Amino acid sequence: MSNLIEERYDVVVIGGGPAGIAAAIRATELGLKTILLENRDVLGGIPLQCVHPGFGLHYFKEDLTGTQFIHRFFERMERIGVEYITSAHVHSIEYRDYMEKVVNTITRKGVLRLYSKTIIYTVGARERTLFEIGVVGDRPDGIYTAGEAQTMMDIYGVLPGKDVVIIGSGDVGLIMARRFALEGARVKAVIEIMPYPGGLMRNVVQCLRDFNIPLLLSHAVISIAGKKRVEKVTVVKVDEGFRPIPGTEFEIACDTVVIAAGLRPNIDLLERLSIAIDPATGGPMVNELLETSIPGIFVAGNALVINDLADYVVEQGEKAAEGAKIFIENSGIPAEEWKPVKRGRNIRLAIPHYISGERSVTILARVAKPEQRVFVEVPEVGYKTFHMAVRPAEMIRLDLSKDALSKAEKSVTIEVKPIAYRA
Amino acid sequence: MHTELELTCILCPMSCTLKVSISDAGIDVRGNQCAKGVEYAKQEVTNPVRHVMTVVRVRGGDIPTVSLITSKPVPKNCIERVMEATAYVELEAPIELGQVVIKDVCGTSLVATRRVRKAT
Ligand SMILES: Cc1cc2nc3c(=O)[nH]c(=O)nc-3n(C[C@H](O)[C@H](O)[C@H](O)COP(=O)(O)OP(=O)(O)OC[C@H]3O[C@@H](n4cnc5c(N)ncnc54)[C@H](O)[C@@H]3O)c2cc1C
Repeated sequence: MSNLIEERYDVVVIGGGPAGIAAAIRATELGLKTILLENRDVLGGIPLQCVHPGFGLHYFKEDLTGTQFIHRFFERMERIGVEYITSAHVHSIEYRDYMEKVVNTITRKGVLRLYSKTIIYTVGARERTLFEIGVVGDRPDGIYTAGEAQTMMDIYGVLPGKDVVIIGSGDVGLIMARRFALEGARVKAVIEIMPYPGGLMRNVVQCLRDFNIPLLLSHAVISIAGKKRVEKVTVVKVDEGFRPIPGTEFEIACDTVVIAAGLRPNIDLLERLSIAIDPATGGPMVNELLETSIPGIFVAGNALVINDLADYVVEQGEKAAEGAKIFIENSGIPAEEWKPVKRGRNIRLAIPHYISGERSVTILARVAKPEQRVFVEVPEVGYKTFHMAVRPAEMIRLDLSKDALSKAEKSVTIEVKPIAYRA
Repeated sequence: MHTELELTCILCPMSCTLKVSISDAGIDVRGNQCAKGVEYAKQEVTNPVRHVMTVVRVRGGDIPTVSLITSKPVPKNCIERVMEATAYVELEAPIELGQVVIKDVCGTSLVATRRVRKAT
């Protein structure tokens, strides 16, 4: 006795974080028959559990907490009447033909088989694990990813532990260090393998220095020990090649280890469709409307590229919805030719990967290494802006007009050049 | 008396490095890329303030906690007092966004930043 529910849509949005919510709102506004599917029992994604400010400065021109930020979108959803289901886990996507994809979803009511012309994939990121960062030893209770710890504390109100070591000093690790300190836990140290902090200086100041939390740069946690619960970690100094320096090992007693060692786009469901992946971002390759290599499947938010700002994630969601509309109206995205976006000097990644030159495009890029007093340039279209500083922790945003892009012949190149640079 | 020090502005992701010199003539700030940096530096060397955020338990809601933030930043040495004032609070759903949940701690109040509906 199976309970199979079949339904047809123009757009199925997978994942109810800021990217998915923004996509579903815009698609509904554009008159497309849309449904939003969320795995958890609440919508909102990561911002719902971010109680700190730092959201919305770009999109709303106001400094909001993650929770306040996402509530603004909940209100829009209600006003517009966006259809959604929570506790809906998408377990597979099938590509039938150009205008028909199938989204198989497990819900409380049964298995949904949704036929859709387009899909907007917005499932966010996954966190890197202990295995990926090479920490050996015991696997007792008390080891959490930053996201798990944040869900426990800021959704369920449970403090995961009292003596905490945090691995990774990106903004996520820094912000979690402050949350633990505020809630009365002792943060013994934040351990960072790089010689500089991964997150913004403002977060080093307000999250660590304010609470006298030690930041150990050029250090790595190499093992965890504990019978039932974490008892201690072993830390070692590393050289420039990130190799442990023998004889520098020491132990830190703790009952909790929090892993904040970075995020990777969660592309599980797309990988099984053999989608084209960019090794630099770990996410799908996309054109300017955020369509992947599979026609009619769009991607936005942290599933596309790890964003620092939810504001940019929302813009990507909206862009993907506009892409879906164009796709449905034209049976595909019209473009005479797709021109590659190339990475030039000191550019580690750039989104999108292809442009048509027929529409204005926002390019997001990240540098490979920090530099001061530089120009960010796109020589083919005469774009050049000055930056006091560029840092891997901060995305660079380039707004390129249709007029400028029409000048590009074969490709465009994003590059960073110091003021006095001569090639 | 003359003191020189360096601060990192925490008001936006630019994280400007501010060079502050304090003398009888007043406080001089350099390195800021906007006017807010000067205000921040002056505040930081006289009476540093921070927003405080936390969550407290909620009974009968669709989410078990509500998140709170200070309605205005409090002096840094008050952070612990604010946290203590919220530690054992338990509220009843529903709670509206912006609702004042705790009044009069260190000259500020704590307001809800998440809506909690009654569980259905
Ligand atoms: C600790 C921390 C601090 C941050 N601070 C800031 C900040 O100060 N300012 C700022 O702008 N940004 C901040 N961010 C970044 C911001 O939260 C992210 O950029 C944003 O949440 C990404 O949105 P998203 O919609 O792509 O993904 P998410 O928010 O992760 O949402 C993805 C959603 O998809 C759902 N999902 C996953 N798999 C499935 C499936 N198979 N089926 C159905 N649903 C699924 C998930 O449950 C989730 O709800 C912070 C992030 C963290 C972790």
